Order: sequence, then structure tokens, then C-alpha cells
Amino acid sequence: MSDEGRGTRDEPDSVAVLDAPGAPPALPEAQEETVHDRLERVWRDEPGFWGWVTSVNHKRIALRYIITAFVFFILGGIEAAMMRAQLARPENGLIGPDLYNQLFTVHGSTMMFLFAVPIVEAMGLYFVPLMIGTRNVAFPRLNAYGYWTYLIGGALLYVALFTNTGPDQGWFSYVPLAGPEYAPGKRVDVWAQMVTFTEIAAIVGGIEIIVTTFKQRAPGMSLNRVPLFVWAMVVMSFMVLFAMPWVATASTLFLAMDRLIGTHFFNVAEGGDALLWQHLFWFFGHPEVYIIFIPALGMVSSIVATFTSRPVFGYTAMTLSLVATGFLSFGLWVHHMFATPLPQLGLSFFTASSAMITLPTGVQIFCWLATIWAGRARFATPLLFVVGFVVLFVFGGMTGLMLAAVPLDLQITDTFFVPGHIHYVLLGGMVFPLFGAFYYWFPKITGRMLSDRAGKVQFWFLFAGVNVAFFPMLMLGFAGMPRRVYTYLPEMGWGGLNFTATLGAALIALGVVIFLANVAWALRNGRLAGADPWGGDTLEWATSSPPPDYNFAHIPIVRGRAALWAAGHELPVVTGLREDRREVLVTTMLDAMPDSRHEAPEPTVGPLLAALATGVAFTVGIFTVWGFFIGGLLLYPALLVWAWPRGKKPREHEVIEVPE
Amino acid sequence: MAASVAACSGPQRVLDPAGPQAEHIARLATFLFVTAGIVCAIVFAALALSVQNGRRRADRGEAPDETPDGERRRGRAIGLAAAATTVVLFVYLVAAVRTGRALAWTAEGGPTERAGPPGAPPGLPPERGPFPGGAPLTVEVTGRQWWWEMKYDDPTPSRMLTTANELHIPVGRPVRIVTQSYDVIHSFWVPKLHGKQDMIPGYKNVLWLRADRPGVYRGQCAEYCGHQHAHMAFDVIAESPAEFARWYESQLAPSAPPTDSSAQHGQTVFMSNACIMCHAIGGTPAASRVGPDLTHLASRRTLAAGTLPNTRGHLAGWIVDPQGIKPGARMPSNQLTPDDLNALLDYLRSLK
Amino acid sequence: MVASCAPEAVRPTPTPSPRAAPLLLGAALVACLSSCEREQRRFSEVPPTATSYGAVVMSDLQPGTRTTEVDVTTTYENNAYAISEGQRLFNQWNCSGCHAHGGGGMGPPLMDDEWIYGSEPENIVATILEGRPNGMPSFRGRVSTPQVWQLAAYVRSMSGLTPKDARPGRTDHMQYKQQEQSKKPEDAKRAQEAPPASVTP
Repeated sequence: MSDEGRGTRDEPDSVAVLDAPGAPPALPEAQEETVHDRLERVWRDEPGFWGWVTSVNHKRIALRYIITAFVFFILGGIEAAMMRAQLARPENGLIGPDLYNQLFTVHGSTMMFLFAVPIVEAMGLYFVPLMIGTRNVAFPRLNAYGYWTYLIGGALLYVALFTNTGPDQGWFSYVPLAGPEYAPGKRVDVWAQMVTFTEIAAIVGGIEIIVTTFKQRAPGMSLNRVPLFVWAMVVMSFMVLFAMPWVATASTLFLAMDRLIGTHFFNVAEGGDALLWQHLFWFFGHPEVYIIFIPALGMVSSIVATFTSRPVFGYTAMTLSLVATGFLSFGLWVHHMFATPLPQLGLSFFTASSAMITLPTGVQIFCWLATIWAGRARFATPLLFVVGFVVLFVFGGMTGLMLAAVPLDLQITDTFFVPGHIHYVLLGGMVFPLFGAFYYWFPKITGRMLSDRAGKVQFWFLFAGVNVAFFPMLMLGFAGMPRRVYTYLPEMGWGGLNFTATLGAALIALGVVIFLANVAWALRNGRLAGADPWGGDTLEWATSSPPPDYNFAHIPIVRGRAALWAAGHELPVVTGLREDRREVLVTTMLDAMPDSRHEAPEPTVGPLLAALATGVAFTVGIFTVWGFFIGGLLLYPALLVWAWPRGKKPREHEVIEVPE
Repeated sequence: MAASVAACSGPQRVLDPAGPQAEHIARLATFLFVTAGIVCAIVFAALALSVQNGRRRADRGEAPDETPDGERRRGRAIGLAAAATTVVLFVYLVAAVRTGRALAWTAEGGPTERAGPPGAPPGLPPERGPFPGGAPLTVEVTGRQWWWEMKYDDPTPSRMLTTANELHIPVGRPVRIVTQSYDVIHSFWVPKLHGKQDMIPGYKNVLWLRADRPGVYRGQCAEYCGHQHAHMAFDVIAESPAEFARWYESQLAPSAPPTDSSAQHGQTVFMSNACIMCHAIGGTPAASRVGPDLTHLASRRTLAAGTLPNTRGHLAGWIVDPQGIKPGARMPSNQLTPDDLNALLDYLRSLK
Repeated sequence: MVASCAPEAVRPTPTPSPRAAPLLLGAALVACLSSCEREQRRFSEVPPTATSYGAVVMSDLQPGTRTTEVDVTTTYENNAYAISEGQRLFNQWNCSGCHAHGGGGMGPPLMDDEWIYGSEPENIVATILEGRPNGMPSFRGRVSTPQVWQLAAYVRSMSGLTPKDARPGRTDHMQYKQQEQSKKPEDAKRAQEAPPASVTP
């Protein structure tokens, strides 16, 4: 295929001047300006604080998610730094057991519930509508509700931590330690309800992505032309819908009821079972890590395609691998329970399934390697992070295989080997692609380029930091150091490795600081990016940076998998959607043929009120069951505000026919 | 450097097996290290080559290769790689399952059994296999916050022995450990002998151990169980059968009545203070099971579940201020006059 | 109709949105007031009112003007950890042998509103330390000071006299009584005004 029509790819740091997709049209200036003005007037938020609070713009909400999740990332990192400081020396008196137990619990809960899932979902909420060529998500007000609920949940956890009510039973909160007898006070109840909030937000985000992707794709984007990132987000969203209800059942229902009203779900003496918690939690918990991981795979696909100037090899294999990984991940959960009194024969099945899930991910990695091999590889920061991801994730995956073998797991589970493994695969497998995606999409979100040189420095700090921090932990596992210990005896010989791990943590912290400095600098002084600085293949590069509130002045038509590259010099568009009110184009599910026009909801404060009512219900519910009644009563007026019709005449949905 | 050396000689090193199960696991670990290393090397090499090739294409300004021939070749290569991965995974699975079965059945030792969930008929499945040295030794280990209660089983009830935080076993003889929990989930783990087993309230679980050489093997709780999970350890002391028998007999005997006046005064201090509310000493009125049994306290290597060496000074510090050493532990501080404390120490140190 | 699309003019960088930080800080301060005490885990401290139980009036009969009762509340009333420890000690030291988890047997019930010797924490501490006629042993010297105050807090929670949020939930044993969290707060004043059983004919 010819080079033309792909925008500049050779100098990512320079201002991109597109002369192909999105080139200025031949229409007269005055007319073009009016279209944008009209759409702007219809789709913009109200100014000031009120506009901020009532916004239903998916980009604005997604950006809020991203920033909030990143703040939680930093808070979780501070907790990690404190733990590493305490463990750097044996019998260190820096942090006592009570605070340490709260720190590791809140660190784990923050990273898993408040950072990892929300941020990958947010990347989806920002970019999926752009990549599929629509103007907003399917349920914009629900999207806003999801964010506020998430914010309330995160605030609950941290207000609790700062008032000595931080949960201290571990992020997976095993009973009976988290039960009413052995966990006095409200700490575990705070944890259980924090899970409720974040799980509501995650399910909301999942619903958004699924429905938007299936119903609002640009005409011509049949399912086999959907970008791999969007596929990844859809798979992840289905996983969220199937996995999250289990942790809600376990924590919001069973555990909270046991603690508050004296039920016996986990009370062996009255017919309950402590293992029930483990099954319920891990049935969610294992898919949870794949929920975190699969969007990262999507980000890697986007980056690899753009920075090798060719589509990722093996689209079908890649898509099937994503679906297979998502599906298989539901069959692995018992590998967290190998040391429990479960039947031996059953355990081997989970070894097999844990091994089996390596295969689809492996196929994906082979496809990316093939793409890089056969492509024109530009090693800007995003692609560098992808290379780092492959190294760290493959290595982490090998340690995962060690944990999946039952006999070896019996030695190294519940030791520092496990945090070593999970941080290799989570940092390497999610955070590295995430940083790559930040460098890749920052120009789109803000209109400015991050410094590539600083990005490369940051990469090396992070890469070195991850290895220096977590490889010693793998060794500590084999040296017999259990996890979740606030200190250890000097004669165990673990001091040196622990100290090294602390140094690695410092390197990681420096890497994150460099990133923050880069962002701060770029927001003021970064080079202006233009619409398509990297020469990307997907539709988000067909609109300005940052995108206008309405994303696209006219919905594009997609002629191939790499929408922009297939378009050649001109990107065809659909005209005719209304410009005097919010309207999106709804297309059919399989072939994305235009189907109807849908009136998109306007901003309202209803979602915020509903989230506050939910907040009251579950926060007061920590103390008394009446909280749920009060919250429910408050929810009613909030939903009225949310859904009250605004006085415009309802329109019939007009069916559109587009001659091919 | 020192760090890695230290990890090579720790008391809880997984790769330093002293029993058949740990031996099998260590062998599996070595096999997996090698396999993982090879896989990583191959993948990293492929990555490096891909990066190099892609870079070269970019440096030369060539177009990316999307020819049908090229795509076909790449497809075949990936198919081959996927097939190779499948083979490796299958080999891995076989190794894992075989090692698992070896743990469950070693020709010379006992099988690892798991008892059924609560509600299963009482009594565990019958033991299988030949046992050199006679019937296995059965010990019931109960995990409590934050110490270990060991109860040696014997057909004659008067020969059952209750002790705490230290497990003596005869070398070469299979030991059947029945694990249970008094309160929350703990985990019984002696890395040099076997993998861990969670102690879940409501479940009785059986773990078989055998030490093949004499020595002291440290174990530690491996499931987060509260404030002092970090300081919940125990020792497994493997000794010759004769030494074990000697130890067992001496432990069965009730505590010797104190002979000198200081120790007698110490006994009075013990009986008239908070000590008797929680601790038992055989042969005296103190019979509470709330805390560890102290009948033969002076014969143990450590105090406070492996936290302190068993010396007079450490014992004094532990009695007077346990919360300073193990904050959150169930033992309260005890204000004693220096004379009373000295007498008490004399008495406790006489409980051999 | 099909047409090609124009790129937008470069837009200025979006400015950061206002934060809700002040609201959160306010909420934090409010929460601090209620939860700081409940969640404290005091491992080494002795409660400050430990030795003051002697100041409590044991009897209604006093010559002259009635002196005001010393209203001393221990810090353990609001401390969930302490009450939970009290529960553990109550069970481990076999108080149930006479009091049967609060229902009473050989000893009087502890979960009702009749207090023979008073329901203030100091009264209960005195009961435990001194013993009482008709069979309550004296545990002076056997139970450490923080532990006796923990027990007193638990005993009070059994009849609903302590704040609701600090009371323990159900135990992980067979259910033998209504869990403390479900108990309504008793009218402590009413309990106090009943004359001690020892002075009624």
C-alpha cells in the first residue's frame, strides 16, 4: 500500500500537518464555520461550576475518571512507599502492626478498585466513542452517575483511612478475620461498601461501552472492522458484567449482613462456611485482573499499529484471543485457593486452565512481534513502553505458571513471591501499556505533545524500578518470607533483599514523578499536536486535538479496518444529523448500516443527586440498616430530576437510508 | 551480593529440602526455572530481532511488509510458535500433576490426604501405604491468634501430650499433622519439609510430613491472621527416634515441684497473679487453656511463637511488657515487683 | 450525502476543573469526630480512669445532702476493639459458667436492665475486682487493669448501654443470644434509679 494518506509518521515530535484525512474541504469558509458553531452551541456544557457538575460529555467524564484514578494511583504509591520503608530493615520500628495492616489493605484496595479498573474503563469511555465515530456514549447521564458514585466510594475509603477506620483485613478480606467477631469496629464495613460503589461504577461503564459499541458505530464499521482496542474494551465490559456481581454479593450482601444484622453466611457453627467467601471473592477476583489486563492489550494493539505503520497482524486471531482470554479467565479462580481443604483432583483442573490461558495471550504477543518485524518501527515512547510490557509481562507470566502448579504453589503462595508476580504482570502488563497510551493519546486529549525524551527517561526508571523492586520479592518467596508481615526477624536473612526492593520502589516513584513533571510541562509548553501527530489508523485521529464536544462535525463512513488508512485522501462522512439538538446515529449491530437517529440526553444534575443518594444509602448503611431506606427515599427525587422530560416535543426516530 | 548469599542459607528456604515432599517440590521448581528461563530467552530474542528488523525498515525508509506471501509466512511462524507453546504447556502440566501425585504418594512415606468439609463422617480416611518405623505419629496442630497449640495423639489418653510452639518429630518417621484453627484462618508451613496448608475454622485437614535428616526447621504462619501474623512462627525439631522418645517422656511428666525457696516463691507469684487465668502448668492447679501450656517452658528454644530466644532476660521482658514486643498479642502487661519477677523467672526457668 | 470533513481549528488546552476538595475535607473532619475513638487499638495504654472507680457512690443512702455522683466515663465505652476484647475475655475466662452469655444462671443476668450493684463502668469494675456476696469471685490481681475495663465495657454493651456502633457483632459460634448491635440503647437513668437489691427488705 502506498505511503500516502497516512499523515506524517516520521517525525512524531513535529507539528503534524495533515493533507489527507480531514483535509480542509472545498466548501466555502463561512458555511463550514456555521456547522461547527451550531454543533458547539448544542453540545457544549454550561459554563462554570454548574456546567462541570451537570456535564454528560463522555470525554469530560472520562478525563475526570483518569485524573481521579491517577490521584488514587499516587496515594496507593505513597502507601507502598511507606510499607517499603518499614520493611527495608528487620524489626524496623517505623510503622506498627495496626497502621501497616491498614496500609497494605488500602494499597491493594486502592490499586485494584480505585485505580486499575476505573482508569482502563475511562480510557475506553474516552476513546471508544471516538474510535467508532459517534458523538457520545449510549447513556450519557448514566455515565456521569458512574463517575460520581466512584468518587464517593474512593472518598469514603480515604476519609476512613485518615480517621483510623481504614480497612485492615487485606484487600481480599478473608473471613473469619473480616467477620464480626475478629474485626471490631467499622473498618471492614467501610471496605465492603467501598467495593459497592466502585462495582456500581464499573458495571455502569461496562454497560456504556457494550451498548455504545454495538449500536452507535459509524456506518461501514462492521464487526470485523472494529479496532482492536474497541474489541478489548467490549470483552472487558462483558467480563465486568459477569464478574462484579459476585464481589457485590459477597461483600455488600453477605459480609455486610453478617456484620450488621447477624446473619451466618460465613459462620461455620451455624451452618455457614468460611470458604464460601473465598469462592465468591475469587470468582470475581481472578477475572478482575484480566479485566484490568485486557484493555491494556487493546492499548498495545493501537500503539503497535500506529508506530509500525501497518495493521496489527492477524486481526481474527487477535480478536479471538481477546474473547478466549476473557472467557477462560472465569475458570481459574481456584488457583488462589490451592492451600485450602478442597479436593486434590479438582485442583489439577485449575492448573490446566491456568496454563491454558497462556495460549491466547501468547498468540497476541506473537502477532505483535510479527507486526513489529514486518512494520516500520518508530521507537517513540509509546512503542518503548510496549517493548517493556512484553519483557515484563512474559517474565511475570512465567512466575504465574510457577504459581499455577499446585505443588510449587503450596510452597510459594502467601509469600512475597505472589506480590512479586502480581506486580510484574500488573505493572508490566497494565501500567506500562497505560503509560504508553498516555504518551500516545495525550496529544489527542490536550492538543499538546509530551516530551519524548523525558518519556524515554521515565521508561528506563520504571523498567529498572520494577525489576529492582520485584525480582527480590520473587527470591524472598523462595527464602520463605510470608506476605503481609509488618516486620521480620534479623536472623532470617531477608534484610538485604528487602532493602533492595525498597530501592526499586524509590526508582518507580521517581519514574512517576518524571511523568507528572512531563505532564505539567507539556500542558504549558508542549508542542501543538494537531489532529494526527502520529499518523494513526483509527477515527479518533480524524478530529481535532482536543476533540470538540460533539467529536465529529459529520459522522465518518468506514471503508476498511484501519479507518483512516483505508480512506485514502478523503474520509467520507454522513451528513444530515440535526444541528439544532443533540442527535447521534444508531446503526445495526453486525454491519453498522444506519438504522435510526437517536436524541441524545442533555446535561442535568440528576446523576449527581442520584449518586449522592446512593452514597447516603451505602455510607449510612454501614451504621444502620435505615441508611438504605433513607438513601432509597432520596433516590426517588434524584431520579425524577434525572429523567424529567424537558419540554421539547418528542421526535420520532427517523430511519435513514444511505445509498451504498 | 550479601543479599543473595543470605537468601541461600535462610532457616525457611524452600530450595533446601529436608523431607521428601519438599524435595519433590524443589525439583519441580528447578525444572520450572529452567523452562521459564528458556521460554523467556526465546521470546526476548524474538522481541529483539523484531525490534531490530522493524527499526532497520524505518531507518531505511522502507514501506512495511504487508505482502500476502509475507503475511502467510508470518502466519505460519505464529502457528508454529503457538504449537510449541502448547507443547511446553503440556509438558509443564504433566510435570505439575506428577509432582502433585508424588506428594500424595511417596513409596516410602505417607500420602497427603485432605479430609472432607464439615459434615463428613467423623474419622479420617484410613491411612494408606507402608510405614517404616511403625504407625505414624499423629499431632493435632491448632492455629490460634498468634501461637500454635500442638497436641500429640496417643491411643492411651494419659499419654497424649499438649505443648505449644514447638514440634518435635523423629527423623525418618512419617508424621500426620491434623491442622485446625481455633479462630481465624492460619496456615501451617514448614518450607523445608512441605508446602503450606491453610487452617480454616470448621475444617480438619491432614498433612503428612517426614524429616529425613535431623535439624531445626522453622515454620511460620502463612495466612494473614491479624495484628501479629508477622510474629507467629514455630520450630520443627527433627531428632533421632531415641532422642525423640526421651523428649516425649520428659514432656509427659508433670512439672517438677520447685526445690529452692526462690522458685517456690515464684510458683506462688504465678498462682496468685494473672498468669493462672490463661496458662496451664501440669502438676499444679493452673489448668487454663487460653494461652500456651507452660509445663515445660524452659525446654523450648523460643518464646512468643518463635519471636524471642528463650533466655532469662527475654522471658523477663516478655512477661513485663509483651505489648512492646508483640503489640496486639493477647497477653497483658504484668506489673511485678523486681523480687517477684526474679522469683517467677527462677520458677519458670526450672520448668524443664 | 457524502462529503469530506474539516479538521477543527486547534483548540486551547482545557483548563483544570474545580475540585471538590473543600467538601471532602469538611466531611473528613466531621467523620473524624465520630470514628477516631471507636477504631483506636490501644495495645499498651491503660485507660486514664482506671483507678478512679473508688470515687463512685455505691449506695443510695447518704446522710445529709446527696452528693453528686461522679460521672466518669471510660474511654473504652466508644472503643470497638476494647469491647471486642471484653467479649473474648468473657468467653475465654468462662464468665458464662455463671452468667451464661448474659442470660444468667447461677449468677444474675447481665443483658437486662436490673443492676444489683449499679451499671456504671466503675460499678462493674468494682464487682469484678472485689467480688460480691452470694458467689461472685474477686478477680483482683488476676485480671489486669485494662482488661477489667474492657470486660466492664462488654458487660454494659450486653444490655445496650454503650454506643451502638462500637458494640460487637455476632460471634463465630453457635447463636446463643441476640447480637449486641441489635440491642436498643437502654434507659440508663431508669436502671440507676432502682434501689439496689441489697437494701430493699
